[in-house]
Amino acid sequence: MLKIENLHVRYGNIEALHGISLYVKDGEFVALLGANGAGKSTTLMSIMRLLPPVAPVVSKGTISFKGVDLLSVAPHHVVARHGIGLVPEGRRIFGNLTVMENLKIATYARKDSGQISRDYERVFSLFPRLSDRKNQRGDTLSGGEQQMLAMGRAFMCGAGFILLDEPSMGLAPLLMQDLFRVLKELNESGTTVFVVEQNSHIALKYADRAYVMETGYIVMEGSAKELAKNEEVQKAYLG
Amino acid sequence: MTLEMFFQHFLNALQWGSFYALIALGYTLVYGVLLLINFAHGDIFMVGAYIAFFIASFLLGSYSLQLPFVLDGNTIFVITVIITMVVTSCVGVTIERVAYRPLRKKGAGRLYVVITALMCGLVLENGNLALLGASRKSFPELIEKSIYTIGGITFTNVKILVIVTTILVFILLETIVRKTKLGMAMRAISYDSVAVLLMGIPLDVVIVFTFILGSSMAALAGVLFVTAYPVLEPYMGAMVGWKAFIAAVVGGIGEIRGAFVGGFILGFIEIYVAAVFPSTLRDLIAFAILLLLLSLKPTGIFGIARAQKI
Ligand SMILES: Nc1ncnc2c1ncn2[C@@H]1O[C@H](COP(=O)(O)OP(=O)(O)OP(=O)(O)O)[C@@H](O)[C@H]1O
Ligand SMILES: [Mg+2]
Repeated sequence: MLKIENLHVRYGNIEALHGISLYVKDGEFVALLGANGAGKSTTLMSIMRLLPPVAPVVSKGTISFKGVDLLSVAPHHVVARHGIGLVPEGRRIFGNLTVMENLKIATYARKDSGQISRDYERVFSLFPRLSDRKNQRGDTLSGGEQQMLAMGRAFMCGAGFILLDEPSMGLAPLLMQDLFRVLKELNESGTTVFVVEQNSHIALKYADRAYVMETGYIVMEGSAKELAKNEEVQKAYLG
Repeated sequence: MTLEMFFQHFLNALQWGSFYALIALGYTLVYGVLLLINFAHGDIFMVGAYIAFFIASFLLGSYSLQLPFVLDGNTIFVITVIITMVVTSCVGVTIERVAYRPLRKKGAGRLYVVITALMCGLVLENGNLALLGASRKSFPELIEKSIYTIGGITFTNVKILVIVTTILVFILLETIVRKTKLGMAMRAISYDSVAVLLMGIPLDVVIVFTFILGSSMAALAGVLFVTAYPVLEPYMGAMVGWKAFIAAVVGGIGEIRGAFVGGFILGFIEIYVAAVFPSTLRDLIAFAILLLLLSLKPTGIFGIARAQKI
């Protein structure tokens, strides 16, 4: 489904990814692990085709999605036409819009109104706390609720493939487990999940496969079970 | 001031404030989306008035190229309004395309964009001066003026038209910005434009739409203004533009309600000050009051504090 080959990207003159390759198959739950500055967010922004100054420029390599060359796709089309949704680092909720508006704006490019109303119901059943706060402004939500809203929003984009950038950041362990359970549930009902994490324990618990990244290189890959067992990996790269 | 006079001025102030409100809207819409003060906007109002002048003159048969039939004044007025709004929107969108967008794509600083806007306005003013000369033009009377008197207060049909149109525009725009997805996107962009892209929303489309809305309302103000005060000159947008901008800030820039309330406040201050004091004091007193209002509430009446401005 998603296939990245020999990807080199740079911010100005500084290369941030030095030829990474990875793939995510349809229906999989894949994790990308690594410490601060490894290039995890950079990888996700490259997939979303975001533009400088926030995102890097691809200097070499390919990103393809369902056979389409993503490098020639405009950023809003990555979402609207190819169904790839990103839950960004730091959530990036629209604080000046209400919870309901945050969800509604995500359906901007969608025309399938019947499916949209089913998707709202799905989001509110996955996250009942959002349903109690429909008319509350986004910036008044707690960190956990914002993370739920960010996930709900990506789902409302109609994305069949969801990328998440450190969803566990700043959350209590219990809530983290809850969110990953929801992710697993989404995954089991057909959504492909690619999650970036520093918290390898939780990510490896739920993922099928994982990659480990260090300073712009992918240094290890394998099934989540193997990586979780491998003590060397744990010590060398993961917290 | 007698009660009659008070209400007479009240009506005049509503009309005068309507012009400011309609123009202030364009400043506030663009600011609300791009955090850009579009200093060319006052001159868009002037351009709108001139476009209306040429279209109305053409429809009246003042040029050698003529329509094969004769239209009555009211029809000409309606057609003039519509075409003027469309053409003026094109001017606004063109400025966005050739001047602001390239700067935005290059990530230019705020100051550069504001200066560019200021220069675009000057280019419009001086372009008009070069093209048409400094002489004033007088706008043809399209709507036959009727004067009514109720309880000692006189008003014209034009005055009522201006006020009612402005109120309708307010309702329309509030609905667009509050209820539609496009309106939500407009509000969301200034908060986080990257996240807007992540929702699958084409930023440029939303921005162009914003300029269309703002420019067409300035055009509407232009037509209504010259219908009420039928004199056109190249600098007519400068002072009115500045004042409308101030009105937008006093009301709370970025907020539709702010533009309307700010516009009407300015209209009321100007009319009542002029009614009581010599007219040379009008602007001095008006600006002094606005300064006071801003020092009491620096974010404007409906504005909320935001980290960065200008
Ligand atoms: N906008 C940017 N401009 C310049 N350099 C950047 C930019 N964003 C990231 N970098 C650099 O690219 C490298 C990878 O950063 P990235 O944000 O992808 O790391 P990360 O793995 O997501 O880290 P974290 O876990 O801290 O979020 C870092 O060296 C960083 O300094
Ligand atoms: Mg990151």
